[in-house]
Amino acid sequence: MLAQYIINGLLIGSLYACLAVGFSLVWGVLNIINMLHGAFVVLGAYIVIFGVQSFGGSPILWTGAACVVLFAIGYVIQLGLINKVVAAPIFITFTLTFGMDLLAQNLMINVFTATPRSLTIGYGSLQIAGLSLSVARLIAMGFALLLTGLLYWLLKHSSIGRAIVAVRMDRHAATLLGLDVPRIYAVTFGIGALMAAAGGGAMAMAFPITPVLDGTFLGKAFVICVLGGLGSVPGALIGGLVLGLLESFGAVTLGSQWSATVGFVIMLAILVFRPAGIAGRSGFE
Amino acid sequence: MKTQQRTWTIAFGAALVLATIGFGVTANNFLLQAGTTLAMYVALAYAWNIVGGYMGYPSFGTAAFFGFGCYAGAIAQNAGAPMWLAWPAAALGGAIFSAVLGRILLGMRGHYFAIGTIAVVEVMREVSNNWEALTAGATGLNLPIVAGSPREVGMLFFFVMTAFAGFALLLTLLIARSKFGFGLRCIKQNEQAASMVGIGVLRYKVAAFVVSCALMSATGAIYASMVAFINPDDAFNILMSISVPVIVTLGGAGLVLGPLVGAVIYMVLDNFVWINFINYHSAVLGVIIIAVIYFIPQGVVREFVKRGSVLLRRDTAKAA
Repeated sequence: MLAQYIINGLLIGSLYACLAVGFSLVWGVLNIINMLHGAFVVLGAYIVIFGVQSFGGSPILWTGAACVVLFAIGYVIQLGLINKVVAAPIFITFTLTFGMDLLAQNLMINVFTATPRSLTIGYGSLQIAGLSLSVARLIAMGFALLLTGLLYWLLKHSSIGRAIVAVRMDRHAATLLGLDVPRIYAVTFGIGALMAAAGGGAMAMAFPITPVLDGTFLGKAFVICVLGGLGSVPGALIGGLVLGLLESFGAVTLGSQWSATVGFVIMLAILVFRPAGIAGRSGFE
Repeated sequence: MKTQQRTWTIAFGAALVLATIGFGVTANNFLLQAGTTLAMYVALAYAWNIVGGYMGYPSFGTAAFFGFGCYAGAIAQNAGAPMWLAWPAAALGGAIFSAVLGRILLGMRGHYFAIGTIAVVEVMREVSNNWEALTAGATGLNLPIVAGSPREVGMLFFFVMTAFAGFALLLTLLIARSKFGFGLRCIKQNEQAASMVGIGVLRYKVAAFVVSCALMSATGAIYASMVAFINPDDAFNILMSISVPVIVTLGGAGLVLGPLVGAVIYMVLDNFVWINFINYHSAVLGVIIIAVIYFIPQGVVREFVKRGSVLLRRDTAKAA
């Protein structure tokens, strides 16, 4: 039984990691809390669900399409709107993206309705050594881990990735080196939205989705960032897996209605005692 | 100049009180209801302004303390306390609760403080959803209904709520002119410097947080008595945590008049939206937020004063 809880926790945890890594990147590089992130996840999930149901094709293919769309949306929002206030006090950027989230959520409820929707993927489940594993969730997990790994590689080895890391480390020095910081910000925000769409696509393969889940996804991203530390891909991965395990065990020991609370309470505790996170070095404020 | 200013302040205050009484006696039930909601947001905005405006800590925890007050008042009233006693009891409970929580939250800064306060709202909602023995869970709690015709009850709560909003305004006036308020503004400017010139930073921060949260809790308790039914989604509504800071920003954070002006403009807009675009209510709220951030981040009052002084300058130029 214990092994089953661990497996469940790791399965959901890798999805959490995927949907939080973009949020963490944006926070680390732009020093803003993107309250829109949850709405990006939901939008990504809906593109996948409606794509598969209306046109057929594999969910993974449609997740790719969702990633492209969300990257474009994120890029435009950052370049056109958020860049104008990106250096303002955090209350301003926080409230601004909160307002955008309200707008996005309301529009999505009106367009998609609040009814939960899900992909019906009849992959069944595997029985290995007495453990029951849903194939759809396994695929979602593999996909989420793959994309998170891809982002890690991108930041480490591609020139745009190095530019993002340079801006994160020292914005002024990066400007002196000739980097176009507003454009790097827009690309970073676009990547954040792209990873949200990937996380949303993976979520849609495994769970029913409704537009009002944006706050829930955003809450997971908060907790994961604090657990894992800011702006690093491995941090988000660790944070996501830890949160998945915590929720899985929280559901067993306290009852499933408390599983979300467990994450928040642990987050508050960490904020008090270790503000830089479990894995984090001194983070950005 | 000083005495002239005081005369104007007193005249303005007296006009406000008279207008409120006149409105309360003559208004129909719909307007009375709208006026009560306005007064509630005025009270919450003043409460938020102490921490968010003067002290500069971006709290998104309004709903947590408002909701705490709703439940504290409801539980006290259901245990047999009259509502006149339940309200101060809720304020006291909120003060103790926030004194404990404040020590934890106020150690954080910036983004972490903002996220921490939101997390408190979420945790409180989950606790009230799940602690069924105390809160009756998602079914919600009924409160004793106040005797009297709808109009009498409406008038009663209108006057109670506006009196409380007036109390919050006067308290703000007092704080703004005291050493305490000066200390809070110092903390906003530079916490380390404030500590170096001898301000007990943590003590000041916790004190401001406690005053702010006690006001929110009392508002919540009055609200609970008025609506006579509360549930977790209503009491701990995250929209309240965002709309109250937006109201203060709209009027002008850290100003005595800011919350009042912001709340009036916001409620007029909000009612207009409710009547005309009910399906797009939170979308319009989002648009209002975005517009405030881009066009009047300093608030209407400061804009008005700025424009006003430009006009004055023209007059004096003409006179010269």
